[in-house]
Amino acid sequence: MDPHTDADPVPARPSPLAAEHARLGAKFAPFAGWEMPIQYAGILPEHRAVRESCGVFDISHMGQIWIAGDGAADWLNGLLTNDVSRMGLGEGQYTLMLNPAGGVIDDLILYRTGDTEYFLVVNASKVAEDASWLAEHLAPGLQLTDESDDYGGLAIQGPGAAAVWEKMASGETPLPPRNGIARHDACLVCRTGYTGEDGFELFAPVEQISEWFARALEAGAIPCGLGARDTLRLEKCYPLNGSDLDAVHTPIEAGLGFFVSLDKPGGFVGHEVLARQKADGPAVKLSAIRQIDKGPPPRHDYAVFIPGGTEPVAALTSGSLSPTLGIGIGLAYLPAALARPGTALEIEVRGRRFAAQVVKKPFV
Amino acid sequence: MSQIPDHLHYSDSHEWIDPADPSAAAVGVSDHAQAELTDVVYLELPAVGRTVAKGEAIAVIESVKAANDIYSPASGEIVAVNEALTEDPGAVNTDPYGAGWMFRIRLSDPAEIESLMNAEAYRGHVG
Repeated sequence: MDPHTDADPVPARPSPLAAEHARLGAKFAPFAGWEMPIQYAGILPEHRAVRESCGVFDISHMGQIWIAGDGAADWLNGLLTNDVSRMGLGEGQYTLMLNPAGGVIDDLILYRTGDTEYFLVVNASKVAEDASWLAEHLAPGLQLTDESDDYGGLAIQGPGAAAVWEKMASGETPLPPRNGIARHDACLVCRTGYTGEDGFELFAPVEQISEWFARALEAGAIPCGLGARDTLRLEKCYPLNGSDLDAVHTPIEAGLGFFVSLDKPGGFVGHEVLARQKADGPAVKLSAIRQIDKGPPPRHDYAVFIPGGTEPVAALTSGSLSPTLGIGIGLAYLPAALARPGTALEIEVRGRRFAAQVVKKPFV
Repeated sequence: MSQIPDHLHYSDSHEWIDPADPSAAAVGVSDHAQAELTDVVYLELPAVGRTVAKGEAIAVIESVKAANDIYSPASGEIVAVNEALTEDPGAVNTDPYGAGWMFRIRLSDPAEIESLMNAEAYRGHVG
């Protein structure tokens, strides 16, 4: 028995919860430069726990960046696709930071924590790149603070998440409304997630994160690893930066036009390319592809064909067995003409073709 | 602590073989291996009649997370495969030495078994 994939050769950074994970019997794997728990009891039961009750994920690897000062909203608006000016105090929005060609640097969640203060939660793999891109463009009078090393994080997700928080916080702080942010002691509580279920992300000072993790477990949350986080997000067609999003494809091609405000005043980095794509229609579209029959799970980079075709039309950017559906699912940038739901395709697995079709997003 | 039955032989890549019947020796993966894999969701089994050399990749076992090659612990001809695993791949997890057997092989060189680990040596191997 031997895994097909090679391990990440870069020495990985341990999570502040590494000892707790080991005690819970976690299996670890490198992710974005960190050594993170991939699973405890198994991806299938953890996936089910989040869909049916409540799971807790260690997301201490994610980055936290603060921007503060007069003019912060206007300045952020020039670097992010969504419209910052629409945000009230305590509100959050999913948004993207692009390069001048319209490709994705990072997708992130922006929260307004003060009149002129904003909190950015960014992908672990992009903390350094995001911080330096923001610093390069920083307007006079604004303060940028990267506090990624100061926070540990938990994502508590599932229909039982609100009840878990009630116990964790002894009922002291109500959860903010959907996409909102609230402070609780030295923590930030954000009503968001990456699973498609109700839930929240808690960012606590790194020295307190073990205590919060213990409280989450005590309140009944099931420890879940990044393996289940990946299957949960894929069933909902949430993109993963570095796989489904990259420096070449735009949010329009990725089907994220809802989070792009083309008509906000002043535009934003990447605006011209996106406006043109919106007008002309994108050449490729990130599409949801589902296998017809049970078969080997589709995986990242597997080739996609039209039935009987000799040349691949795309490669999967993500792929997995869907634990909920019991069938293979994946995402790929398909030529626009093939992106319509119902289009018949084939996915190649170790030289054999398996029937699949384009379906409407999300899968679940 | 993972189970390691005494009557089986083990490869360093965690396959087991039962040489009691050299004309149809059952092969599977060890309890240790299934625990490392977790959640077996798909198996690609060899064709009956295929000839295989010891150490050759002969099957693929897939968890939600990854695909893994299975290497034949002995040389010979595949005489049966466990078709029931197509419907119930999880049997590899729940019963790795019983219902989780993967294929049977007619040994072309039964002496090869001696180069595999016995249960005691395999216990040392998985620590």
